[in-house]
Amino acid sequence: MLTFLALASVVLLGIVPEQSQAIVIYTGWERHALVGSDIRLSCSFFSWRWTSEDVTFSWTYRPDGSRDSISIFHYTGGAPYVDNKGPFRDRVEFVGNPGRRDGSILIKNLDFNDNGTFTCDAKNPPDIVGRPSSVRLLVFEKVPIQAGVITGAIIGSVLGLLVLIVVIYYLMRFLVARRVFSLSVSKHGKKKKEGSQQRQLWTPPLSPYLPKRTVSLPPHPSLSLVCLSLSRSLFSP
Amino acid sequence: MLLLLLGIVLLHVAALVLLFVSTIVSVWTTGETSSADLWINCTSVNGFHCDPASTGEWIQAVQALMILSIIFSCLSLFLFFCQLFTLQKGGRFFLTGTFQILASLFVMSGAIIYTVMSPEWVPETNSFGYSYILAWVAFPLALISGLIYVILRKRE
Repeated sequence: MLTFLALASVVLLGIVPEQSQAIVIYTGWERHALVGSDIRLSCSFFSWRWTSEDVTFSWTYRPDGSRDSISIFHYTGGAPYVDNKGPFRDRVEFVGNPGRRDGSILIKNLDFNDNGTFTCDAKNPPDIVGRPSSVRLLVFEKVPIQAGVITGAIIGSVLGLLVLIVVIYYLMRFLVARRVFSLSVSKHGKKKKEGSQQRQLWTPPLSPYLPKRTVSLPPHPSLSLVCLSLSRSLFSP
Repeated sequence: MLLLLLGIVLLHVAALVLLFVSTIVSVWTTGETSSADLWINCTSVNGFHCDPASTGEWIQAVQALMILSIIFSCLSLFLFFCQLFTLQKGGRFFLTGTFQILASLFVMSGAIIYTVMSPEWVPETNSFGYSYILAWVAFPLALISGLIYVILRKRE
C-alpha cells in the first residue's frame, strides 16, 4: 500500500504540467497620477521555487502610441541598475525587496511625456518561463472623479432624507400618542383623589394638534387617514 | 368615475414611460455620426463603437436627478393605489400628488442642468437628441398629473 502511494506521488509530481511551474508576475493594471508627483510601480512574482540569489527584475517602458520599448531598470546579481541615459535618468529609484520577491520602482517628478506602458519581467532561476506583466500609467493635471460617485451620493442622500422624514413622522406620532394616553390617566386619577366637593381648577392642557375625543388610535391607520384627521381638526369649519 | 380613474392612471403611466425612455436611451445629444449622454457615447466612424460617457460632475448630477425622478414617480404610482383603497371618502391624494410633483421637479432640474452645462463637453455642431426632448415633455405631464392628484377628491 505504501509503495503504491509513493509510486503514485512520484508519478503525479513527474507529470505536473509545465504551467504550474511557470513564474507568475503581478503588477497593477492601471495607475493614475498627478503631474509632478511620484509614483510607485509595484511588481511581485509567484514561483514554486525558493527565491534564488540570481533573481532578476527588469522594467521596460513603451510610450503611448509608440511601438518601441526601452529598458529603464534592471536588477541582477544583487545590485540594481537604473536608467542614466534615457528619459527617466535620475528619476528612477529601486524600492523593492528582492528577498521578498518585490521588484517595485519609484518614478519621481512625473510629466505628461511619461504616459505609457511599463512592463515588469522577473526571473527566478531555474524558473524562467513566465509572461511579463504590464501596468499603464496615466498622468493627469487633476485627478478626475470616478464615474458614479456623485450620482450615487445624490441619490443616496435624497432617499436617505426621505426615509428620515418618514421615520421622524412616525416617531412624532408615536410620542404624541403616548403623551395623550398619560394625560388622560392623570385626569382620571385626580378626580378620584379630590372627590366631588372640590371643583377641579386645573384642567390638563390638551395638545392643540389632536381632536378632543381620541384616546386610542385605530390599529394600523394609514398615513392618509392620519393626514385626514389632522387636516380636519385643523381646518374644521 | 371609472373612466376618470383610468384616465388619471394612464396619464401617470405615460409620464413614467417617458421618464424611463428618456433616462435609459442614451441620446441626449446627437451629431452627424455620433450620439452621446447620459450613459455612453457612441460613434459610427470607423465602425460602430461606444465608450462610457464623460465622468464630469454635472453629467453625474443629471444622471442622479433622472433616476430620482423615476424612483419618485414609481413610488407615487404605488402610493396612489394604496391610497385609493385606504382613503376615506372626500379625502385628497396629497401624498401621491406630492411625490409626483417632486418627480416632475427633479426632471425639470435635470433638464435645466443639462441645458446650461452641456456646452462644456458637447461640441457646437451637435444638437439635442430625442431623449432630451422626452425629458422636457415628461416634466409638464408629471406636473399636471401631480396637480390632478392634489386637487382630486375621493368619491365612492
